[in-house]
Order: sequence, then structure tokens, then C-alpha cells
Amino acid sequence: MPKATNTDDPEGPDGVQIDLISGERMENMATMEKIRMILDGVHDGNIVILEEGLTPDEESRLIEVTMSEISPDEFNGIEIETYPKSKTNDSSLLGRIMGGEESTAKLTVIGPANQIETLHKDETLISALVSRD
Amino acid sequence: MGLFTELKDSISRVTDRLFSEEEPKRIGIYGPPNAGKTTLANRIARDWTGDAVGAESHIPHETRRARRKEGVEIERNGKSVEIDIVDTPGVTTKVDYEEFTDEMEEDDAIRRSREATEGVAEAMHWLREDVDGVIYVLDSAEDPITQVNTMLIGIIESRDLPVLIFANKIDLDDASVKRIEDAFPQHETIPLSAKEGENMDEVYENIAEYFG
Repeated sequence: MPKATNTDDPEGPDGVQIDLISGERMENMATMEKIRMILDGVHDGNIVILEEGLTPDEESRLIEVTMSEISPDEFNGIEIETYPKSKTNDSSLLGRIMGGEESTAKLTVIGPANQIETLHKDETLISALVSRD
Repeated sequence: MGLFTELKDSISRVTDRLFSEEEPKRIGIYGPPNAGKTTLANRIARDWTGDAVGAESHIPHETRRARRKEGVEIERNGKSVEIDIVDTPGVTTKVDYEEFTDEMEEDDAIRRSREATEGVAEAMHWLREDVDGVIYVLDSAEDPITQVNTMLIGIIESRDLPVLIFANKIDLDDASVKRIEDAFPQHETIPLSAKEGENMDEVYENIAEYFG
């Protein structure tokens, strides 16, 4: 599978690379492979957009690994945005049993904390400002 | 009384004793930085044991290690529960030492940020492995719909941990408990001011009822 790579050409266009990663590309990856792919992209200054997001357990591990990689003046961490859970969703145990497996599919935007700023977020809209560092 | 009845009563007394001596439940106090988690942990610990849990500060990430106060017995309206309070560092996805340089020297700010990142990782580990229930503390004067809150509540729900949401700092002018209730309608929200000790009766009633 080809790796998403940044354009390292210093003479190249001055811009921000955005990687849109399909659910299909993620579905057979192990948790740490997903986290490594996301953080490698973010370390390169890219904005990573996941079509189907991460499970809660993967999100928890992403926070943990991100914290271990924060380094003063080099990497401040990540900004991550997904839509909040719909108020009409039934999250109770019974609801999950009756409704079958709860879908984790939710578009997720992840970028370097110093380059992406959330302007507005509600249940149906994420508005973010992305800047070149 | 026949031998069989005596034997049955004896077994019953032993099993009653075994199951009545339950291990205290570990209740993790979670939430974003500066929501008042340590102030709440100290309030609960002082009210029921006389001791504090840790230092409080207006500077974020004052708590950089998870701290446990063991054997806090809370009783209300005939219900009681023995809990270990686990005060955890505020969870975030980013830490920039420059946020602290107004308050301290650069070296201290860098050290604080390093310890803060370790503390957040530790808090996440406790959540996955070591807590039996969660008190999620939010600042009522802040917008509760943030990514960290959404993610953490999702993580707590995915582990089927019982959770109470505490809308803290209701003493502030901008406080809005309704905003928190609307953000997380699937959970019980209890308003309070841990700093001023407002509404602590309802807080203890809910802890005894919900985690007991």
C-alpha cells in the first residue's frame, strides 16, 4: 500500500498538505499502525482527515502517544475535531444491544496544534482555520 | 433446629459477611484542565476524612500526577459508599510550555509542560485500566462542547463506566448549567461550586446513590 508522503521539495509550492484517508485504507490496520500514520502525518505538518474516525479506545491511545511525543519548541500536540454525538443517539447499554454495534464512523480532522484552530463546531458543522506554521 | 437448617444459616452468615466487605470503588475525577477537579477532590476528602488530596492553582496543569485518597466513606439518606478518590491531571491533546512563561521562568515552564504530558498519559491509562466509575467535572462558565469532552465522555461510555457530570463553578456570573445538561443529556448533571461548597448535599446524595 503506498504511503501518504509530504512534498519535501523546499522549492515546491508554499501550502498545507491535506491527507484524506478512506475508511477502506484504515479498516485492516492495527491500532498502533493507525496512530503512527496519523502522528507521522501531523509531525510533517499535514492535516489528516479520516473518513471514518477512530474508536474510543483508539482515541484514548492517540492522546497517550501524542503526549509522549510532545517536545518543547518542536511539537505541541494535536488539534482533533469530530462531530459531537447526536443528542438523539441512544448510548445506553440497552440501546446499543437493541441497536446492534454502534457505528464509530465519524469524519475526523487532525492537525498540528500550532497550525489548526477550530473556529466553530456543532453537531453538523466543523469550521477550522488552517495556517502554514 | 435441624442440622441442615443450622448448616444453611451458618453458610448464609459467611456469604453475607464476604459480600458485605466489598472493596472500595475507585472513582476517577476527570475533566479538562482548570475545571476544579482538585478543588472538588479536596472538598470531598476534607468533608469526610479531614485531609486534603493536593494543591490547587489557577495555572493549568497544577495536578500532574494521579493522586488517590483511599477509603472515603460517604453516607447520605441511608445510602453509603466507600470510595477511593482518584484526582487525575486535566486531559488535553496539546501542551505548550509558553502558556506558563507569564507565571514562571522558562526552565520551570518546560519542566511543568513535560510533567503535564506524562500526567495526561497517566490519566488515560487509569481510565482504561483502573477506575470503577467517573465523576466528570466541567467549568459551568465554559463551552462544554469541546473535542476533549466529547472524546472522554465517548471513551467512558464505551467502557460502560458509571459517570456523573458535575457542573462546577456555579458561583461564577457566566455559569450555565443548562448548557452542560444540553451537551450531555444522556447523563445526570449535578450543579455545584466545589470552591464555595454550594450544593454539596446533592453532590453527596448522588455519589452515595449512584456509586453505592
